[in-house]
Amino acid sequence: MLESLSPSFNYWIYVIIMMIGLYAMISKNNFVKKLIGMSIFQTAIILFYVSISVKEGSTIPILYHDQIHPEHGEHHEDGQGDHHQALDTLAKEHHDSHADHGDAAAGSHYPDLVIKPDDFSNPLPHVLMLTAIVVGVSTLGVGLAITQKLYGEFGSIEESEILDTIKSSND
Amino acid sequence: MIDQAPALILLIPFLASIIVALVGFRFRAVCYPLVLLGMAGSVWASIVTLLSVLEGGVIRYHLGGWEPPFGIELRIDGLNALVVVVVSSVSLLAAIYSKRTVLAENGDKVSQFYSLFLLLATGLLGMVLTGDAFNLYVLIEIAALTSYALIAMGPKRATLAAYKYVIMGTIGASFYLLGVGYLYIKTGSLNMVDIQEQLVARDLAGSPAIMVSFILITVGVWIKMAFFPLHAWLPNAYCFSPTTSSCILAPLVTKVMVYVMVRMMLTVYGAEYTFAHLEWSRIIVWMAVLAILAGSISALGQTNLRKMLSFLIIAEVGYMVGGVWLAEEMGMVGSIYHIISDAFMTLCVFLFAGIIISKTGKTDLNALDGMFKKMPLTMVGFLAGAFSLIGIPPTAGFFSKWYLIQGGINSGRWEYVVALLISSLINAVLFFRIIEIAYFGVKPAEGHDHHHSDGHDKISEAPLSQLIPLLGTGVLLLVIGLYNKDIVAVISDFLSSSNLGSGIR
Amino acid sequence: MTTIESFTPVWACIVSLLAVIPIVFLGKSPNLREGSTFVAGFIKLALVVSMLPTILSGTTIEYTLWEIVPNLKIAFRVDGLGMLFGLVASSLWILTSLYSIGYMRGLKEHSQTRFYAFFAVSLSATIGVAFSANLFTLYLFYEMLSLATYPLVTHHQDKEARTGGRTYLTYLLSTSIGFVLPALIYVFIKTGSSLDFSSNGFLEGHIGSSEAVILLLLLTFGFAKCGLMPFHSWLPGAMVAPTPVSALLHAVAVVKVGVFCILRVDTGVFGIEYLITENLGAIISWIAAFTIVVSSLIALTQDNLKRRLAFSTVGQLSYIILGVSLLTPQGLTGSMMHISMHAFGKITLFFCAGAIFQATGKKYISEMVGLGNRMPITMIAFFIGSISVIGLPLGGGFWSKFYLLWGTVSGGHFAMLIVLLISSFLNAAYFFPIAFKAFFCKPEESLFEKKFQEAHPCSVIALSVTAIASIALFIYPEPFFSLAEMAASVYLNSN
Repeated sequence: MLESLSPSFNYWIYVIIMMIGLYAMISKNNFVKKLIGMSIFQTAIILFYVSISVKEGSTIPILYHDQIHPEHGEHHEDGQGDHHQALDTLAKEHHDSHADHGDAAAGSHYPDLVIKPDDFSNPLPHVLMLTAIVVGVSTLGVGLAITQKLYGEFGSIEESEILDTIKSSND
Repeated sequence: MIDQAPALILLIPFLASIIVALVGFRFRAVCYPLVLLGMAGSVWASIVTLLSVLEGGVIRYHLGGWEPPFGIELRIDGLNALVVVVVSSVSLLAAIYSKRTVLAENGDKVSQFYSLFLLLATGLLGMVLTGDAFNLYVLIEIAALTSYALIAMGPKRATLAAYKYVIMGTIGASFYLLGVGYLYIKTGSLNMVDIQEQLVARDLAGSPAIMVSFILITVGVWIKMAFFPLHAWLPNAYCFSPTTSSCILAPLVTKVMVYVMVRMMLTVYGAEYTFAHLEWSRIIVWMAVLAILAGSISALGQTNLRKMLSFLIIAEVGYMVGGVWLAEEMGMVGSIYHIISDAFMTLCVFLFAGIIISKTGKTDLNALDGMFKKMPLTMVGFLAGAFSLIGIPPTAGFFSKWYLIQGGINSGRWEYVVALLISSLINAVLFFRIIEIAYFGVKPAEGHDHHHSDGHDKISEAPLSQLIPLLGTGVLLLVIGLYNKDIVAVISDFLSSSNLGSGIR
Repeated sequence: MTTIESFTPVWACIVSLLAVIPIVFLGKSPNLREGSTFVAGFIKLALVVSMLPTILSGTTIEYTLWEIVPNLKIAFRVDGLGMLFGLVASSLWILTSLYSIGYMRGLKEHSQTRFYAFFAVSLSATIGVAFSANLFTLYLFYEMLSLATYPLVTHHQDKEARTGGRTYLTYLLSTSIGFVLPALIYVFIKTGSSLDFSSNGFLEGHIGSSEAVILLLLLTFGFAKCGLMPFHSWLPGAMVAPTPVSALLHAVAVVKVGVFCILRVDTGVFGIEYLITENLGAIISWIAAFTIVVSSLIALTQDNLKRRLAFSTVGQLSYIILGVSLLTPQGLTGSMMHISMHAFGKITLFFCAGAIFQATGKKYISEMVGLGNRMPITMIAFFIGSISVIGLPLGGGFWSKFYLLWGTVSGGHFAMLIVLLISSFLNAAYFFPIAFKAFFCKPEESLFEKKFQEAHPCSVIALSVTAIASIALFIYPEPFFSLAEMAASVYLNSN
């Protein structure tokens, strides 16, 4: 049982977390708790995205200084100027590749540099999730602002109490 | 300039919203002209885009110059060129209407309101234009966040409705995001066209992950478009919000989501996968039938004008979902045509509701007492929308029903045809109830009283800023109806280019 | 058969629509307003009459206005049947307008501008139906007519009017949306054609026999304006309308549009030959026969004069439907002629009912004993109208009924012959007592003093003219007879 689950345990975890969030959104009476549930719900999805970018034995997709300049790197280990120079080259390379419309041109400038995709985790889901986090935070912000407005208008953030107030005002 | 028109559709209202937010604080009078200018610019750009699409075929606009599938592209074909014109012009008409109502309803937050209004329009336009699945998520959320705020600007109960909308909307958008995640795992792409190519190239039709992603995306989109039984958020949200907000939200949000559904089904997954591989057409058409009946019957029980209209939106969503899922060309044509016509009909009746509410201060149907005497021109505008919703020729609504029923008969789905007819009849009851109140008064005289007192029946029309958009919409409904052949030609071109034939039995 | 293209039918249709503009803008001065109604009416009649010689020579006039849906056009076409109906409608509009002036001014009705404006719109729709070239255009004008007559029916804007209007629209809209629209789309899909009426129908070969039965029933009951039972209740309900409206409704615009649509469907969509081969005439004729007998019996029990006339109309309309469903040349001729003959007879009766109400305020037959003393002209006209509607000699209705009877005999439908005879007897039973008691009651029974007091002169002139026309049509039933005979021969001899 456990073995059959283990290769895809990240999916199971995100589903469980998501369900916890969904449960809170649906069943909680308190509007702030509902929003907490909503955050949990969104976080589960973020977790899902991040987890799918991971590969076994991979690392974050950043090229270290010594990977680009293996021979210089040892000489000027603390050299601030050289560090800048390396960044400049990277920036320039980035610019070039932009001009070439994304042609993976790293190899042509650094013939001895070999980048294996398997060594790095996929950066794209991370980037997407940066956006999703921003969206999630703004949703939470709007939700909290609305809750605040609700409190101002009804004097409560309990759903049942607010519904009672509405009902009694209708009668 | 013309080459950049696709981007300008989005950029003009977006920049306008920033300017309104910055300047509007100090100079409140600037807001309204700026909004009009922004939306008019957007309408202009979208018409230019439509014309160039009609002339030269699909436009692929690469934002920032990045090639797809790496960069985000705006991909404009016949379908979204049409829808984008509708979205921008509906927003423009709603903006014209807003002149007095915003001051009256949200006088202390004019610049905030208009800034959100423009952002909402930007989000909706973006949803229609974008060719990137993740970008679509972001734009869905931009539109959703602004609409939460626009609804919450209303009086007391609007806040509660907005809160529920936040919860439901977030669940819907999250489902969509999850679905895109599964698609990405399988295809490694986020560009809609590229996803479709990868699905075919890698022969992924049998993959359960793709099916899961399809379900997640469809359910997410259904929540957002208030497809029965996922509609609970809609009636209160549109009923209690400020009238200006409901004038832009009610016509556009659900319709744009229907567009997103069509886009997902036809462009991303492809007709063959959606209809031939997944055999869900039968059950989803039945769900649509339920949606139509439930929406119409619930509308019958309402005494609040805007709530009644909100339930009608739910029924109309059923029309469109059912029409698309008939898996038949005419039904598809009808649904897409209905996106266009329904946007304008809903705008028309909500503008009317807004005018009545701002004029009388009452929200229930009795507010219409004797309106044919008091506001004849407004009522004429309303009649155009009402007749269109009932489906009386030659208004736009008649022709969308014409195509939808044709689709239903062609595919042998009589339950859908019957539901459409029943809903038309219920619409007739609903609108003639309104017409009766406006024509006879709430309490008509008992006998043949030929000497009606004319004292309190002085004509007092709505101000021009409200009358012009209402009558304009009414005229547009007729124009869309009379020129439906040309619109349908564009839709048919789109459908034939999206290789519908392989998915249809 | 030759065809020419001309814009005239379109003009004939829209001239009254254009008249709405002066009517609304001249609303402040009633004389100019009514003047513009008359101008439009005479122009309309002139346009229709100008086409008459062409039609009588066997030519049809066509004009295509607009292709609205791929393959479907809004198109106009004038043939014998359309011309017959157009002629009736446009000539009676003028008389009804004359009568309305007397009626509306006499009773000081409110919102007269609205009344005349919608009257004009209704006439446009009626002529549109008469001259439409295909089923789609027909449907378009049919719906337009339902909506344009609603403000007329509910003119009084009181509680009773609201109830009547509700019934009116419920029946008309639910049948047209629920029955006609799906049938229309189904026919469009099955035939793939432009739905153009052709003289021998276009359905044959596209549908099976069971589909044919269903379509025929949908299209027959769908055009509920024809008052076929059980969809007839709107007609008595619509009696709340001012009398000129009832007159127009019953004689011209609404009910005749209903039967006209059925004539078109039977002849132009199904085709007489196809109906004969599928033996579909019997279904319709039995429904019509049922309606004829039952409505005549109900009419006997009505004391309200307008309601009695309404039920009489329900029966008379079914004569027309029965005539077509006999599927014989004589029956067809008779039913087409009955459109015009009944129109002149029935409009006279309604004018009289209105004139009585206008002069005395009486609505019930039991209150009209001895009325001949006071309103001799009106009651004589009423008598003439009754003769014509019953179908006795000296009234134009004689000819149409004669042809209908001939049709039943030549087709061997003896059951229908009996139905027609019984119904004529019943007609006499519910009409004659009214005129009889008005003139020949004992002086002490009379409810009226012997004092001459007629209604407004405009009304009296109008009803006299229609009464004289009813007699004139007996002596000289042209051009309706030639038109009907020509149309019947076209529908039967085309193959």
